Amino acid sequence: MVTSNPFTAMFGRSPFQPLLSHIAKASECAGELLPFFEATLIGDWEAATRHRETITRLEHEADKLKTELRLNLPNTLFLPVSRSDLLELISVQDKIANKARDITGIMLGRRMQVPEELAQPMRDYLKTAIATVEQARKALEELQELLDSGFGRNVSQVMMKLIGELDQLERQADDQQVAIRRQLFEIEEKLFSIDVMFLYKIIDWIGELSDRAERVGSRLQILTAR
Amino acid sequence: MSIIVQNGDIFIILACLFGFFMAWGVGANDVANAMGTSVGSKAITIRQAIIIAVIFEFLGAWLAGGQVTETIRKGIIDPDLLEHDPQLLVYGMLAALLAAGSWLLVASMRGWPVSTTHSIVGAIVGFAVAGLGIDSVDWTKVGQIAASWLVSPLLAGSIAYMLFRSVQRLIFESNDPFAAAKRYVPMYVFLVGFIIAMVTLVKGLKHVGLHFSFLQSALLAALAGLVVMVMGAYLERRISRSKRKADRMGFEGVERIFGMLMIFTACAMAFAHGSNDVANAVGPLAAVISVVESRGAIDTAALVPWWVLVLGGSGIVVGLVTYGHRVIATLGTGITELTPSRGFAATLAAATTVVLASGTGLPISTTHTLVGAVLGVGLARGMQALNLRVIGTIVMSWLITLPAGAGLAIMFFFMFKGIFG
Repeated sequence: MVTSNPFTAMFGRSPFQPLLSHIAKASECAGELLPFFEATLIGDWEAATRHRETITRLEHEADKLKTELRLNLPNTLFLPVSRSDLLELISVQDKIANKARDITGIMLGRRMQVPEELAQPMRDYLKTAIATVEQARKALEELQELLDSGFGRNVSQVMMKLIGELDQLERQADDQQVAIRRQLFEIEEKLFSIDVMFLYKIIDWIGELSDRAERVGSRLQILTAR
Repeated sequence: MSIIVQNGDIFIILACLFGFFMAWGVGANDVANAMGTSVGSKAITIRQAIIIAVIFEFLGAWLAGGQVTETIRKGIIDPDLLEHDPQLLVYGMLAALLAAGSWLLVASMRGWPVSTTHSIVGAIVGFAVAGLGIDSVDWTKVGQIAASWLVSPLLAGSIAYMLFRSVQRLIFESNDPFAAAKRYVPMYVFLVGFIIAMVTLVKGLKHVGLHFSFLQSALLAALAGLVVMVMGAYLERRISRSKRKADRMGFEGVERIFGMLMIFTACAMAFAHGSNDVANAVGPLAAVISVVESRGAIDTAALVPWWVLVLGGSGIVVGLVTYGHRVIATLGTGITELTPSRGFAATLAAATTVVLASGTGLPISTTHTLVGAVLGVGLARGMQALNLRVIGTIVMSWLITLPAGAGLAIMFFFMFKGIFG
């Protein structure tokens, strides 16, 4: 009885499915930041802890997918894209989830509450960052279509458009960051100085979230350019 | 001479038995490879695959299998050397059939996709070297065959590459891939029909006693292609666009159209396989029969009797039904990341290569061409992941097949020599 036919094994397991699932997890991770932020605003630390736990779990799952992809990528696998680009892409993706976890960690640990004046701009800023990650996920889904078509011209145009929108979102997040920093600067004298230090850090990290999402886009561009 | 006259019936019976055994091995080991891509991409069910294989393997063996048979039978060994000892040829061919058949049995049990062509050529070379000396083998002919082992994956790979690129250009890159698929797929169906019909007409039908000029054949083949194309267009009409929203480019519908096309490529592959690989079993069998019937004369011009091809064809079918369907089943559930459009390009390229080779008389391996074709689609950035290590293992098993076939053949050769004198 033939169980492991070499002809079957000839078609290796495609690494693209874990890649897609991974960005979906990362995007879910980032999405959870918004309810977490709302909970911290009203000082509901129990709810915040729960959201933090969800984020940690998602981050672990993303890690598992990353390992799976790396294990699935032996040197003998023949792929339509460069192996190093693929590994680079997954590590950039992975950093999105990590950053989301870091943000919740520091905010929960220090029981940080964003000052009321900053709440709305921060909420918008966070939303933009999350939208950027979401956009990166959409672009990656396009990769599947691109693979289906054997890198057809039309699909790559769609992909380029998605990446263009991603860049735009990241710029928007940048502008929001500048505005928030300015607002914080105006009120920082009224606040406890160490809190201000960490607030700047959180603002920075949310910016990094969208930066990394944008990096996913540029890695994708490299991946599909050749 | 007297040995042959005395034991003529026994020789023929043994040859038929061993030939059938060998053909069984071909059916058990090879057919699954030929049908695997179609089943693996979920284009056809296992039941459909078996029905297609039974019909088209048989037709291929019967209608177009004669040409390669002659290469196997008299291309490798220098017939002049056997003038005085024709019984040695009989022993040798019997030994070769038994050796290759046994090796295929072992390989099928273990699940190695070995080349049936390698087995039989290795076995014949083995017996010739052991029984008649190194000089008896026509090494340039062996070299030609060996070269075709390299050429056939390359040829299949290039054809597969070009086919998939053309699919990409015409269908996947158009603004409406689904509409483009509907428009261009009949063309590919025509191609399938034309190639099969052409080879059948030019190379095969003389065994049945029909003769056409090249131009007549081309016209008839085009006609056959048109008939198949109409059939394809009819089947295609029933396929509708997918309703899923996520499938923005309409690729799902495109793949379903290609799934329909896979039915035709599966037929082509089975036909090509039957026409090429039946020779492995039938060639030595025909040699024995011709020696026995001419009472010892090594008649190089003898035609293959039609019933011998039928015997070979039935052997393949029995092998497929008794054993090959299990391998197809494993393949069918195993290959998940193969879509109909890639499977189509790989299979049609492999079939075309085999059909071309059986037209020119070179006994090439279906296994080789299929691996080459899959690699070709991979190079066109079609395949998402190919495991090169496994491909390496497959190639290794091909290399082992030659000495294994040779060794077994030498053993059996001396056994027969001992029995009959």
